[in-house]
Amino acid sequence: MTNEERVENINRLSGTDVRKCMKCGKCSGRCPAFKDMDIKPHQFVTKLGKGQIEELLESKSIWNCLSCMACVERCPRGVAPAAVIEAVRDTVVRMQGKNGIKAEEIPPIVDELIPQQLLVSAYRKYNK
Amino acid sequence: MKISYYPGCTLRTKAKELDVTARLCAKALGVEMEEIENWQCCGAVYPMGTDEIATKLSAVRALDYAKHNGGKLLTLCSACHNVIKRTNEDMKNNADIQFRANNYLKLDEPYKGETEVLHYLEMLKSVVGFDAIKKAVVKPLNRKIGAYYGCLLLRPSPVMAFDNPENPTIIEDFIKAIGGTPVVYPFRNECCGAYVALKNAELPKQKSKKVLMSAKEKGAEEVITACPLCLYNLQTNGGDILPVKYFTELLAEALGVQA
Repeated sequence: MTNEERVENINRLSGTDVRKCMKCGKCSGRCPAFKDMDIKPHQFVTKLGKGQIEELLESKSIWNCLSCMACVERCPRGVAPAAVIEAVRDTVVRMQGKNGIKAEEIPPIVDELIPQQLLVSAYRKYNK
Repeated sequence: MKISYYPGCTLRTKAKELDVTARLCAKALGVEMEEIENWQCCGAVYPMGTDEIATKLSAVRALDYAKHNGGKLLTLCSACHNVIKRTNEDMKNNADIQFRANNYLKLDEPYKGETEVLHYLEMLKSVVGFDAIKKAVVKPLNRKIGAYYGCLLLRPSPVMAFDNPENPTIIEDFIKAIGGTPVVYPFRNECCGAYVALKNAELPKQKSKKVLMSAKEKGAEEVITACPLCLYNLQTNGGDILPVKYFTELLAEALGVQA
């Protein structure tokens, strides 16, 4: 698969038009996971626009995005940075052997209060 | 009146008290929640990838069932509400998803987003009415209560259309109706840390602490939520800062119904 094909696929998967971004930075300013994002939400939008996806695919941010939609809510241009991050994460976890969590890592961190909702949502986000 | 109800997986297991108190209170207020047949887990998170279909089908099945059973679907868990409402929007306005979901499901009549998705709080506000609740209260809760909205009820606001996403008031109005004093604090619509608990345990700890500290600083004595994951994060990852309860537990207390 060429870089161009992969870029095109991520764009399509995100359903958002990164060219509309006017680089105001409100998405990253509002991000509650900002400190844990090695590549910030606004940079995801910019880098995808430039086709620089290698570093996005390696980024820690795809595991730390909370899908809280605060960035989407604040964007004055109707861009959805969270959808770009999800499209990159989907691209990674859909590759063979690239799931974000392993089943055997779960039992040690499960306590008796943990809601099913947490396990289901984490599996939906991190694994395919 | 009767209304089709989607409980979701967590309300049958770790969040039983949310389900049980909600049903009792609804009954006391003249609403019968009729659990839909053969519901499946909604998946807990709305899949944003534009090619996702299989992950949305359980929501579509529930929506189609409700379409033929009263036309409304009542939700209670914030996550179920978010997934089902956003999927309904897709079925209404996204021709590609509508076609592919219907192509797979082969329903007698294609589902095109006809069902109205209603969260329990919206039901209290628009079907029962906060004034009627006020009249039904037997034990007003004279406490300072912080509403915790989190993300899922509010965002993305063009689809959720739940309340003002930056300055919501529905839970504060609810608190007033049950005789409490609402405490407005800055972090009430900030994320608790969500599912990242399984990947980066430190993040939900920081986020949840911040929410509870923010509520405490403004004078809240307790915090209420509609989301089992928010409750878990705030209680377990937030530390012993404030008690956290489901909003329906306080409603049951105020209405004097026994769970």
